[in-house]
Amino acid sequence: MALTAMTGSWLAPHDPLEQDLLNSFLPPFWVAGADPAFLLGTDNLGRDVLSRLIYGTRVALMVAVIAATLTGMLGTTVGLLAGFFGGWVDTLVSRMVDIWMAFPAVLLSIVLVAVIGAGLHAVIIAIIVIDWTRFCRVVRAETMVQCQQDYVASAVTIGLSRRRRLFVEILPNILPLLISLLTLEMGIAVVVEAILSYVGLSVASDAATWGGLIQEGRLYVNQAPWLMVFPIACIIVAVLGFNALGDGLRSAFDPVLRR
Amino acid sequence: MTAASLLRRLLLSVPTLFGVLIINFVLLRVVPGDPIAMMIGPGATPEDIQNLRQIYGLDKSIYQQFLLYLGDFLSGDLGTSISMRQDVVELIVGRLPVTLELALVAIAISLVGIVGLGITASIWKGRWPEVLIDVFSGFVQAVPDFLWALLFILIFGVLWASMPIFGRMDLAVEFDPLTQFYLFESLFRGDLVVFRSILMHILLPALSLALPLIAIGARLLKSSINESMAQDYVQLARVKGFSHFRIVVSQAFPNALIPTVTLTGVQMTFLIGGTVLVERIFGYPGLGNMAIDAVINRDLPLIQGIVLTFAVMFIVLNILIDMTYAFLNPRLRHD
Repeated sequence: MALTAMTGSWLAPHDPLEQDLLNSFLPPFWVAGADPAFLLGTDNLGRDVLSRLIYGTRVALMVAVIAATLTGMLGTTVGLLAGFFGGWVDTLVSRMVDIWMAFPAVLLSIVLVAVIGAGLHAVIIAIIVIDWTRFCRVVRAETMVQCQQDYVASAVTIGLSRRRRLFVEILPNILPLLISLLTLEMGIAVVVEAILSYVGLSVASDAATWGGLIQEGRLYVNQAPWLMVFPIACIIVAVLGFNALGDGLRSAFDPVLRR
Repeated sequence: MTAASLLRRLLLSVPTLFGVLIINFVLLRVVPGDPIAMMIGPGATPEDIQNLRQIYGLDKSIYQQFLLYLGDFLSGDLGTSISMRQDVVELIVGRLPVTLELALVAIAISLVGIVGLGITASIWKGRWPEVLIDVFSGFVQAVPDFLWALLFILIFGVLWASMPIFGRMDLAVEFDPLTQFYLFESLFRGDLVVFRSILMHILLPALSLALPLIAIGARLLKSSINESMAQDYVQLARVKGFSHFRIVVSQAFPNALIPTVTLTGVQMTFLIGGTVLVERIFGYPGLGNMAIDAVINRDLPLIQGIVLTFAVMFIVLNILIDMTYAFLNPRLRHD
């Protein structure tokens, strides 16, 4: 998928926006009446489905990587501080998380994007604003557990500064956890982007995104069900893929599991 | 739960609600540009704009605006919808039962699924039913409700066109409801034709919402039952000669309920949040569908009202979960 996203413009057989009204609603290649030039068929305006999917992959992966990384950075920083310092810092952060959890995520993301104005940057900002709590809660709890460990007590004894204790001792120990959270978040980001473009709030409406393709497909579901099948399959594969990537990376990074 | 601890729990949710109000207020005031400019059409005179500013209190300071907003909220006034020119509270009260009914059916399906799958997997531990349920819940959990809804439309609406995929009931069905709880009302009135039509329409959206919850809940229940099975009282039941089935169902299951209820309770908020999109996909006329329309129409008072309604629902749900938890756990009940 990463390869597809990077080589998209070269790989795609057609321009994703090129319309060919004479060739609208062509079925995919295994159905009679298909045109081999359009492997996965065409949509209502005769645009090539395969090319649109490939361009959609680019949007999906970009959002996944950028949004998940930034969300992770924000949530982890706040969670580390809350877990490490405790006291009023922790109370403040926990209250904030409580308030955040009282909002429905999907609705809030839709409202946020509507407020910021549709576009890729809005989608990414919405994901960060909503999902930082996911990292924050887990990292906070884990930091508290780590702070009770003997190695942290030893670090205090040998006089390591607080900053070194936090970043040199504790952070590496929660890294395996962070990686699985991060890949999980990438899967979530793909879904959120699809949701927002389904509702019509992601990138410009004529650009190809998986969610946008699904939304178009929903309109013609009785005429051309394949229009919906392919983007749905892409999203499921991406989400399962990110989950599997997380499991793999975690067992590669976790010294206990590696043994 | 005693009255005192319930009161304490209620008081604890006040700061949360206050925070929700602040964020809800701030959220729609960070709109780039003038919120009034989005409400009015072209050709409005500067006087019109000034008038609207006054009506919405936008000519006052942010601090005063928030106090006004807070006062309106406390007196139960959420303003007037711009796109529908109707009272926001009235609109929400009209749609809320639709969403609640959908959520209740989804939760009922989830509970049956969780208990059924969790117990089945525990009884046949290490055999094929458990493996099958593990694989099923692993896959189901990875796919969000949004995609289940779309998949169901493809499968039951197109490939095997056996279920309705749009709306709340068949247009041909005649029904003159007194409440917005169509499903319960038709059942109560014994109108089975109507009931069937409404049930068929609610099943797919409810199932899309229920599936991810079932996957998570069944896994939790299974592992909690397995933990309980290692306890002394289970050994005692074995010595007494209870059958394996009876031990799982009557001894381990009730004890496994506590952790499962707490954790699936949190997941239930996701189910309710999920109604927004699932309603949209199935054209189900609930609160969520109205919310998306409101966003598309840039109807700020309506958006604020709906977001607030959902937040209050979440807070209430969390209190209910805590109460259930206290009810299930005898140690807390006598606290």
